[in-house]
Amino acid sequence: MSDPIIRVSGLSNRFGEQTVHQDLALDVERGEVLGVVGGSGSGKSVLLRSIVGLRTPNAGRIEVFGKNLAQMDDRERRSYERRWGILFQDGALFSSLTVAQNVEAPLKEHFDFPPALREELARLKISLAGLPLNSGPKYPRQLSGGMRKRAGIARAIACDPEILFLDEPTAGLDPISAALFDELILTLKEALKLTVFLVTHDLDTLYRITDRVAVLAEGRVIAVAPVAALEHHPHPWIQAYFMGPRGRAAQRAERSELP
Amino acid sequence: MAQAPEIQISEEALALAGDWTIAQVPTLLAQIERLPRTLPERLDLAQISALDPTGAQLLKRVLLRFGLDPQKVAELHLNRAFLDLALRVFAAPSEAPSASDAHGMVYTRLALIGAALDAFQINARLLLGFLGLTLSTLGRTLLNPSRLRATAMVHHMEAAGFNALPIVCLLSFLVGAVVAYLGASVLRPYGGELFTVELIAFSFMREFGVLLAAIIVAGRSGSAFTAEIGSMKSHEEIDAMRALGLDPIEILVLPRTLALVATLPLVAFLATFAGVMGGALVSWISLDIGPALFLSRLQDSMSWEHLTSGLIKAPFFALAIGLIGCLEGMKVEGSAESVGRHTTSAVVQSIFVVILLDALFAMFYLEIDF
Repeated sequence: MSDPIIRVSGLSNRFGEQTVHQDLALDVERGEVLGVVGGSGSGKSVLLRSIVGLRTPNAGRIEVFGKNLAQMDDRERRSYERRWGILFQDGALFSSLTVAQNVEAPLKEHFDFPPALREELARLKISLAGLPLNSGPKYPRQLSGGMRKRAGIARAIACDPEILFLDEPTAGLDPISAALFDELILTLKEALKLTVFLVTHDLDTLYRITDRVAVLAEGRVIAVAPVAALEHHPHPWIQAYFMGPRGRAAQRAERSELP
Repeated sequence: MAQAPEIQISEEALALAGDWTIAQVPTLLAQIERLPRTLPERLDLAQISALDPTGAQLLKRVLLRFGLDPQKVAELHLNRAFLDLALRVFAAPSEAPSASDAHGMVYTRLALIGAALDAFQINARLLLGFLGLTLSTLGRTLLNPSRLRATAMVHHMEAAGFNALPIVCLLSFLVGAVVAYLGASVLRPYGGELFTVELIAFSFMREFGVLLAAIIVAGRSGSAFTAEIGSMKSHEEIDAMRALGLDPIEILVLPRTLALVATLPLVAFLATFAGVMGGALVSWISLDIGPALFLSRLQDSMSWEHLTSGLIKAPFFALAIGLIGCLEGMKVEGSAESVGRHTTSAVVQSIFVVILLDALFAMFYLEIDF
C-alpha cells in the first residue's frame, strides 16, 4: 500500500472569504472503492473537481498516477485524462447527441479508430453499463433518470479508464434502481479492475460497496476507515451520521444480508 | 512495462501475446487484418499480459473470425485474471441493431414532407386554440378587472415595448434614408424628385413603420417570452402553478400579450416617425428638398387615413407575436435544448405570421379602398 493512485496533500480551496478546504490530505489506493462523505457544503464535490482538474486549488499538491498533473502541458494532461472517467450528477450527457454518440465522443477525441470499431466499442460499453442495445440511438431526454446515469457510466468507461469518479451516483434514484446501480458499480469495478472515487450521501451505498470511507468536515479529512470502523469513531458528526436513525437502518440491512 | 501485442500464426498454432489494451489498438487492428481464414489446430492465449474491454472486444473478433465460440475458448485457455472481464465482454450482444429505416430515400423524403405538413396543420390548430383560450381568459379577467396583473403588465410593457424603442427607431431611420436615396435615383430621370416625399411617407405610414417594428419586436421580445416561459416550463414551475390553483394563462400569457398589444402601436408610430425623419434628412441633403418644403408636401398629399391604416395593423401583429411566443414557451419540454429549439421556432413563426397578416390587410384595404 505504498503507491497510492491518487495522492492529495496540503490542499486548500477558498471561495472569497469562505474556506472550504484547509490543508487537506487524502490517499486513494489502487483498486479500492473510496467513499467520500460530509455535510452539505463540506466540499466533497470541490475535492472531486480539484482532483480531476476542473478547479484550480488555491494551494496544495495533487498527484494522480504518481504525476502532478497541474505542472503538465495540455497535451500531456490529456493522455492522463483519458485514464479516468467521471460520472456527473444526473449523467451530464450531451443533450444534442444520442447515447451512442455520447459514448463515442471521448473515443473520437482520444483515439483514431475506424468508425466501425468505434461503434462496436460504444455498443459494448452501453451493454456493460446494463442498458439495452436499443438505447444507443436514443437521445438523453428520452431516457429515465436511472438510464441516464447508466448512459453516463457507459461514457465514463468509454476509454477503459483506471479510475472512475462518481458524484452522487444514486441521488434521485428509487431504492430499487439505486441498489441495482450499486451492483453495477461493484461488477464493473471487479471486471475492469477500477479504482472508484465515490462522493455520496447514500448510506446504503456506503455499506454495500465501499472499501474505505473518508469523512470531510472542518475543511479536512477527519477520518478514513472502513465503514464498520467509523461507527465507533468518537467525532460527534460521524456519530450523528452513522448512528442516526438512517445510519442504523442501513447497518441492519447490511448485516442481515450477511450469511 | 507495456508489451506490444503480437499474433503469431503457424501451421499448428495460433498464439496471442502481449498487451491487448486500448492503447495498442492500431497494432492489433493491423495484425488482425493479416490473419488467414483457416484455423490452426492449437490456440494459445496464455501469453496475453494485459486485457481491457477494448482488447477483449478485439479478441472476440479474432475468435469469431475463426468460427469459435468465444466464451468456451476463454474458459479453456484464458488467464484466470482476465476471465471475468472477458466473459462479460463476450456476453454483450455486439450486432448493430437492425436499421429501422427499411424504406428507400424517396419514401423517407416524402414521409418527411408529409410530417412537416402535418406539423404545420397541428401548429395552426394549436395556435387557434391558444388564441381562443387566451381570449376567454381575457373575457373572465375583464369581468373581474382586479385579477389583471397590472404590475407584471407594466413590467412587460417596459421590457418588450419601451426598451425596444432605440433599436427600432434607429433601424427605421436608416431604412427611411435608404428608401429616400432609392426614390431619388429612380425618380430623377423623370424629373420627379419631389415625389420622393410621397414615396417615403406612403411606404412608412402604410407598411414599413409598423412592419419593421413588428419584426424587430418579434425577434427581440417574442423570443424572450418563449425563453422565459420555456425555462419555467422545464423547471416544472408551470405545473407548480397549476397545482396551486393558479392559471398560467392569466399570470403569464395575458400580461405579456396585453403589454405587447398596448405598446406595439406606440412603437410602430415612433418607428414611422423615425423613418420619415430619415427620409427627410436625405431629401434635404441630397435633393435640396428643405424641411419646410418636405412638410408642406406631406400635408398636401397625405391624410390621416394613411397613418391609421398602418397603425391599425399593429395590435393584430402584437397579438400574433405575443401568442406565438407564449405558446412556443408552453410547448417546451425537458431539456434546455428544447428551449433553444422553440425560441427559434417562435421567431420564425411570428415573423411569418406577421408578414402573412400584412398581406391579408393589404388585400383587404384594396377591396375596401382604404
